[in-house]
Amino acid sequence: MSNLVIETSGLTRYFGRKCAVDQVTMSVPRGAVFALLGRNGSGKSTIVRMLLGLLEPTRGSASVLGEDCQRLSPATRGRIAYVAEGHPLIDWMRVGQLEDFQKSFYPDWDGHLFAKVVEHFDLNIQARAGHLSRGQRAGLSLALALAARPELLIMDDPALGLDPVARRTLLETMILMTRDAGHTIFFTSHVLDDVERVADHVAIIDRSILRVSCPVETFHARVKAVVLEFAGPPPQMPKLPGLLESRRTANQVRLIIANFGPDAERIIASLGAMSVNEAALSLEDAVIAYLGRRGEQTSLLSDIKEIGVAK
Amino acid sequence: MNLDLDISAGSPSPIFRQIVEQVRTAVMTGKLAEGDQLPSVRGLAERLLVNPNTVARAYGELTRDGLIDGQPGRGVFISKPRQMYTKAERQRRIGPLVDALVHEGLWLGFSADELIESLSQKLDKAANHDTSRRKST
Repeated sequence: MSNLVIETSGLTRYFGRKCAVDQVTMSVPRGAVFALLGRNGSGKSTIVRMLLGLLEPTRGSASVLGEDCQRLSPATRGRIAYVAEGHPLIDWMRVGQLEDFQKSFYPDWDGHLFAKVVEHFDLNIQARAGHLSRGQRAGLSLALALAARPELLIMDDPALGLDPVARRTLLETMILMTRDAGHTIFFTSHVLDDVERVADHVAIIDRSILRVSCPVETFHARVKAVVLEFAGPPPQMPKLPGLLESRRTANQVRLIIANFGPDAERIIASLGAMSVNEAALSLEDAVIAYLGRRGEQTSLLSDIKEIGVAK
Repeated sequence: MNLDLDISAGSPSPIFRQIVEQVRTAVMTGKLAEGDQLPSVRGLAERLLVNPNTVARAYGELTRDGLIDGQPGRGVFISKPRQMYTKAERQRRIGPLVDALVHEGLWLGFSADELIESLSQKLDKAANHDTSRRKST
């Protein structure tokens, strides 16, 4: 059995003339909790839908559990569970009916686990899906996915719109799934604190292009903030390899640099700063540096001096 | 076992490092002593709600540093204290902490003598604690 659960190669998808996913090559190792991050509209959901064979790639290929995504056999599909964005459910069905329906696709159905998760989200087995709150819908779609005991769980923004308690339960269900050795979770998210807790691999897609795909700890270690302090106004910054962001204040420049290495270090040393301090970044700040605009930055807060002046 | 770890996501310090540092502090301050058992990797992961690989990585680093010892089939225990770093490495590790103490102390308006005094009080306390712990084991 291959050690890679998901493999894509040059995966590309156009919608008309618009490129939604541009030559994405990535692999997800077995047993990983893999988070795909990116802004809204960056191509995350398009990737997810291609992985499930719901959408055809324009070019390139993708395989899951060793099978081409375009030709997944029912047996292989039965080893994958999918939690779609917004937790869509068949609204006229009752909770119990949805269980029976889902069960018919999954030979390893775990009714006990389903009951436990449903109970945890305060769901009545008789309730109709259409009458559930958003948190309950999320709970139900998680229960339907987890009880399938899938080898691969794919979730598209499962935390979207959840309150803090429901989000915590989502986190618990993901940790619960890691008890099954060799089972893999691939999910997209915007909740970076949760990603930091639960994910061990992270990928970042920015405007259709995959920019990062590595273990979380590698990402954490490679993206650094460097603060340069000058006696007077800072000089113009030269071109720096791996520069993601630079912000200047009266006598300081704060750079965020990916793969901070000897080359960047040498250039920085030549700038004549009074002091150069390297600092670690939170996962959130590092991700935002990747997803923000490149180069010299100003924030919205400093762009707008006073609100309501220009009328 | 009186290990009370408190980790937070969203900090510049990665979660595995927070675990390493808190276990280290617990050993230094005597909250954990030789022979105390730590939770299993999975047990701690589920309690802290973090990926088990993160806990495994922290335990790996603590094992390499000689602070803990995994005994197959029995669990993870605090090991007998031993020195495994070279002098240079120890200096590299203590340097930033001394800097922080000096800067913060001077900024708060303490004199050098006051800082030395409070440091030596702490050191005395730690030494006493250490000898009493050794006697009891």
